[in-house]
Amino acid sequence: MHAVEETPRLSTFLSQIANGLVLGSLIALIALGYTMVYGIITLINFAHGEIFMVGAYGGLATLTYILPTAIATTWYFALPIALVAGALVAMLIAVAMERFAYRPLRNAPRLAPLITALGVSVALQEAMRVFYPGATAALPFPNLFVEGAVVIPIGDGVVIRYVGILLVVMSLVLAFGLERFIERTRLGRAMRATSQDRDVARLMGIDPDRVIVLTFAIGGALAGVAGVLYGSYLNNINIDMGFQNGIFAFTAAVLGGIGNIRGAVVGGLMIGLVKALAGQYMPGGTAYDYVWIFVVLIAVLVFRPQGFFGESERVRA
Amino acid sequence: MSRTRKVAATAALLAGALALTACSTNRQEATGGGGGSCDTSKGTLVVGFIAPLSGSLSALGLGMKNSTDLAVNQANQNCTVPGYRLALQAEDDQATAQIAGQAATKLASDPNVVGVIGTLNSSTAQSAAPILAQKKIVEISPANTNPALTQGDNYQTAPERPNATYFRTATTDAIQGPFAAQYLVQKAGKKNIAVIDDGKTYGAGLASQFATEAQKLGANVVAREKVGEKDTDFSGVIAKIRPSNPDAVYYGGEYPVAGPLSKQLADAGLNVPLMGGDGIVDKTYVSLGGRQGDLATNVGAPPEQLPSAKAFIDAYSAAKYSEPYSAYGALTYDAANVLIQGVAKAVGNGTFSDATRDGLVSAVQATNLQGATGAISFDQYGDTTNKVLTVYSVQGGEFQPLETGTFPTS
Repeated sequence: MHAVEETPRLSTFLSQIANGLVLGSLIALIALGYTMVYGIITLINFAHGEIFMVGAYGGLATLTYILPTAIATTWYFALPIALVAGALVAMLIAVAMERFAYRPLRNAPRLAPLITALGVSVALQEAMRVFYPGATAALPFPNLFVEGAVVIPIGDGVVIRYVGILLVVMSLVLAFGLERFIERTRLGRAMRATSQDRDVARLMGIDPDRVIVLTFAIGGALAGVAGVLYGSYLNNINIDMGFQNGIFAFTAAVLGGIGNIRGAVVGGLMIGLVKALAGQYMPGGTAYDYVWIFVVLIAVLVFRPQGFFGESERVRA
Repeated sequence: MSRTRKVAATAALLAGALALTACSTNRQEATGGGGGSCDTSKGTLVVGFIAPLSGSLSALGLGMKNSTDLAVNQANQNCTVPGYRLALQAEDDQATAQIAGQAATKLASDPNVVGVIGTLNSSTAQSAAPILAQKKIVEISPANTNPALTQGDNYQTAPERPNATYFRTATTDAIQGPFAAQYLVQKAGKKNIAVIDDGKTYGAGLASQFATEAQKLGANVVAREKVGEKDTDFSGVIAKIRPSNPDAVYYGGEYPVAGPLSKQLADAGLNVPLMGGDGIVDKTYVSLGGRQGDLATNVGAPPEQLPSAKAFIDAYSAAKYSEPYSAYGALTYDAANVLIQGVAKAVGNGTFSDATRDGLVSAVQATNLQGATGAISFDQYGDTTNKVLTVYSVQGGEFQPLETGTFPTS
């Protein structure tokens, strides 16, 4: 058996970096929702991965059942419409989830909403499996962006698909926009206030229920966008995608410091890079690349339990 | 004290009731149609079926279920098993070994189950076959190709049959892998092949059989990688094998991974054909990203070209099933008919009971049947003696047969 070239070539290294960045920005987009919800009501919303999955199916349904073929196959119409549709569907589900599953448990012990989140996750997955036509198996998803790739002429070429670049750019722009929104606007200030102390925020004239709904809506919309971009990049979607990527996104949020926007992005990118590079250079190769993600997570949590950007746990009354 | 006695009495009563039901189940009255004008006075016998009916492999599993259903219905119309009506009981194993085990246990607990058709995956057969064998229930798989299922883990050095009640109408990867290598290296002239598999019983076994033969024939296996069966993003693996400049990729696994993998190979600029085994032969492979010119081997000859399969295809389309018979349809139909013929022979004019099971196993072992896929008989391991395989290629969005042949067994 001829081994793959012993000296890792530069082009391979750069290709893996590119792969890692694309996967990482996808995970970052999902992680934002995890981290926001945790920041505001200290709930780890395990159903968030399913919001991402539902968003992808929402985008696909719009393309297959609502849009006329001429529009669905012209990328500059189809892409924005599918993104908005995916975001809307995901947002709707996220808001409904908050209203009917989590709000009744707002003052219950912390474990109750956590278990509810797991239940919602299973319910959403099964609902899609039963009610979406053909969702028992993976469904093809069209590439909504320009086909083709940039080839950087190093070695035998570093191939970066346009749709991958779109994913990275969209993700960074949305994360940046979100951070500005939270730092600079009145609503953002209300969110920060609610997250610091819900009762005092209420005394200051903020309606915490509205702020919490807003948080779920924004997190859901971002996950919906991520779902459509995921379908566009990998060209097929299935009902398991939410679970797997949700776990990564949760890990990213913890790695970056749960509750912190910048941390979610850094955590996401880091997971993408670790997976890609570990698959290339670590013993066991791609069969064990997931293992290294969690090795890194454990290592970080041992030395910095609050994550990269997280604040040390506040003692809550 | 009195409480213990009460419990004991209840238990005895329950046991009695169970024994009664056990006696009476063999004499269930046939309910409703299907029996036609046949004599069904002895009741109903159940043909069990295990395959993925939901999940990503359901396209194959549903085709298998319909083909079994067709064979059962025909047997009922033709009064094949005198005095009995046959009923199909299909269990969904979701392509998961553990669930297949549960399904096998469920079927094995029903004294009216004469045999089981299935499974699709070799990994699910590994858990189902021993459970069924313990109850002497015949299992005939139309799709399992891992050699260890019939010849034990040491099939290369010391073959030994692990389950005396397990048979299959599909030939094994010990023939399929080398057959694929022969085509890809000698006919298609590929010399630098990257081999990837999904680490499952079927995929890993097939890929190593392929790799061994390909090297024997003078090709280089330039990379050997594994992917997860639930993975969707293969950019890492592809970037890793790309520097070795493969002129073909061989994948051991099934179409839910193979389709996207093929597309992502091309997306990453690695525009070489992907070849796989029977697990990728389905039109879903193409809709998930399989490309023009991709190759696959499948067990048996293409039913569409076999005169013997014409009756099956006509009957299948006349029955108006909502899913196509898919890659294993004809082999499944044959497997079901082997079982039904075996039951007819073992039962004769008597009744079916646990005592009939030994006779049923020998009847299946001695099968000599002209099926849709050709002549069917089994060797001492329970493997089909029909070792025909076909190379397919994706042309115009569908797998088209290129050539049929066999690999000289060593």
